[in-house]
Amino acid sequence: MSALNLINLRKSFGAEVVISDLNLGLEKHQVKVLIGASGSGKSTLLRCINLLEEIDDGQIFLDAEDISAVGINADKVRASIGSVFQAFNLFPHLTVLQNITLAPRLVHGISQPEAEEDALNLLHRFGLSEKAHQYPELLSGGQQQRVAILRAIICKPKLLLLDEVTSALDPVLIAEVLSLISELKNDGMTMLIATHEMGFARKVADEVLFLKDGEIIESGTPHQMLEEPRSADLKNFLSALEQAGRL
Amino acid sequence: MSYQPSQLRLQREASRRQASRRSTTIALLSTLAVGALLIVIVTGAKGFALVRESFFSWHYALHSFPSVLSGIWLNLRVMIIAEIFVLIFGLLLALARTSKSPVLYPVKLFATFYTDVFRGLPLLLVLLLVGFGIPGLQISWIPNSAVMLGTLSLILTYSAYVAEVIRAGIEAVNPAQRMAARALGLSQTQAQRHVVLPQALRKVTPPLLNDLVSLQKDSGLISVLGAIDAIRAAGIETAQSFNFTPYLVAGAIFIALTIPLTRFTDWLTRKQDRARQQQGQW
Repeated sequence: MSALNLINLRKSFGAEVVISDLNLGLEKHQVKVLIGASGSGKSTLLRCINLLEEIDDGQIFLDAEDISAVGINADKVRASIGSVFQAFNLFPHLTVLQNITLAPRLVHGISQPEAEEDALNLLHRFGLSEKAHQYPELLSGGQQQRVAILRAIICKPKLLLLDEVTSALDPVLIAEVLSLISELKNDGMTMLIATHEMGFARKVADEVLFLKDGEIIESGTPHQMLEEPRSADLKNFLSALEQAGRL
Repeated sequence: MSYQPSQLRLQREASRRQASRRSTTIALLSTLAVGALLIVIVTGAKGFALVRESFFSWHYALHSFPSVLSGIWLNLRVMIIAEIFVLIFGLLLALARTSKSPVLYPVKLFATFYTDVFRGLPLLLVLLLVGFGIPGLQISWIPNSAVMLGTLSLILTYSAYVAEVIRAGIEAVNPAQRMAARALGLSQTQAQRHVVLPQALRKVTPPLLNDLVSLQKDSGLISVLGAIDAIRAAGIETAQSFNFTPYLVAGAIFIALTIPLTRFTDWLTRKQDRARQQQGQW
């Protein structure tokens, strides 16, 4: 059974079509990576899946439940999907621990001691224990982003969406975040990742999808996509990355 | 090894100390000069002897002090009750004005209208309209004491100011914060209560306290309705002696009451500025 199934998804902002008739399936424990130039619709696609954007047409199935149906409880859907953003978006007035335990306490009805124990275990596992009681502004970008990822996975979401999570980070910090995501893959987390960082594609992707103008132009294994691209669009994209030294 | 400031840092700090000594000296001298000038102008004025007698009389100050002080007790109660209600109503109005829910549209419209009206109306006018208009309706269950109606007028007016301050704070919170909260599954209300509002209120605490200071001194205006507060008490004393010193006594007590809050506001603002400037100076 698929964890996620997008059928003929369509989304436009006014006259501008951002996603057109897109189909995508994601099996449980599978990791797919979306690549493509800025404006290709990667972020919008992720925002449609966690219902932060309303789609114009098509269907979204999460664990066989149609979450794009009219009248669905969006809060409940979002509670079962983890989302991480480029700008971290940690809550600056809350400590690391409070950031991570906010949703478990408010949304999932877990008691505070229990939520804190879960969070501390998670922080310990990823080497962030001593940051538990600090405020986000005192953390490095890589630490902030790792905390944001832990905040998204604390309640064991059915699906984790990562939107350009390393774009604001330098190479050393990217490596920190990347190794955390690799561990999540080993745990069997189902993930859909939008990124400019080809390291993601190489290291964690089961399949890489190339998006252009809201359509999937080409897809395949990381090796196929990065070493033996077929379409002219993907070749252009990769050579542009190479010229920028980002491949 | 212990911290050893570099030669450059020591020089820089020495130069800064010197600059600050110089500006302190200049400030001191100019203050003294202005002060001396003021004293010369005031004491040299033709009517000074008379003014000193009728505004700065120790005798009348001591004589009126007990009754003015008992009047200030009323101001204090009015201030505190009004502040509590102003914060509650101001918050509700701000929430209504910033809500995007279509169901709440009429409420939003009302809140907008309300803040427009009560920010525009002079407080004195509100006091007169409420203080004399409501008793005129002769509704038996509405209290018509001057204190009650005066406090109500303060609440009506200051809620509008405070609502605008809080609204500015809400709108200053990065929208991505709300989005991140919603993405975690928090409802609209939960995101507002746990993520947006705490940040908004932190941002606007100094201007909010400023409004409360202003409310404290304006509590003296309820005297126009006949409530015997500090100003009214001073007025009564003055009417008996034709000496204006009791007003000065009332003024001094008002200043003494608001200074703690203004100092606290300054301290808080400085603290926030310091937190922002920790990266350096520019």
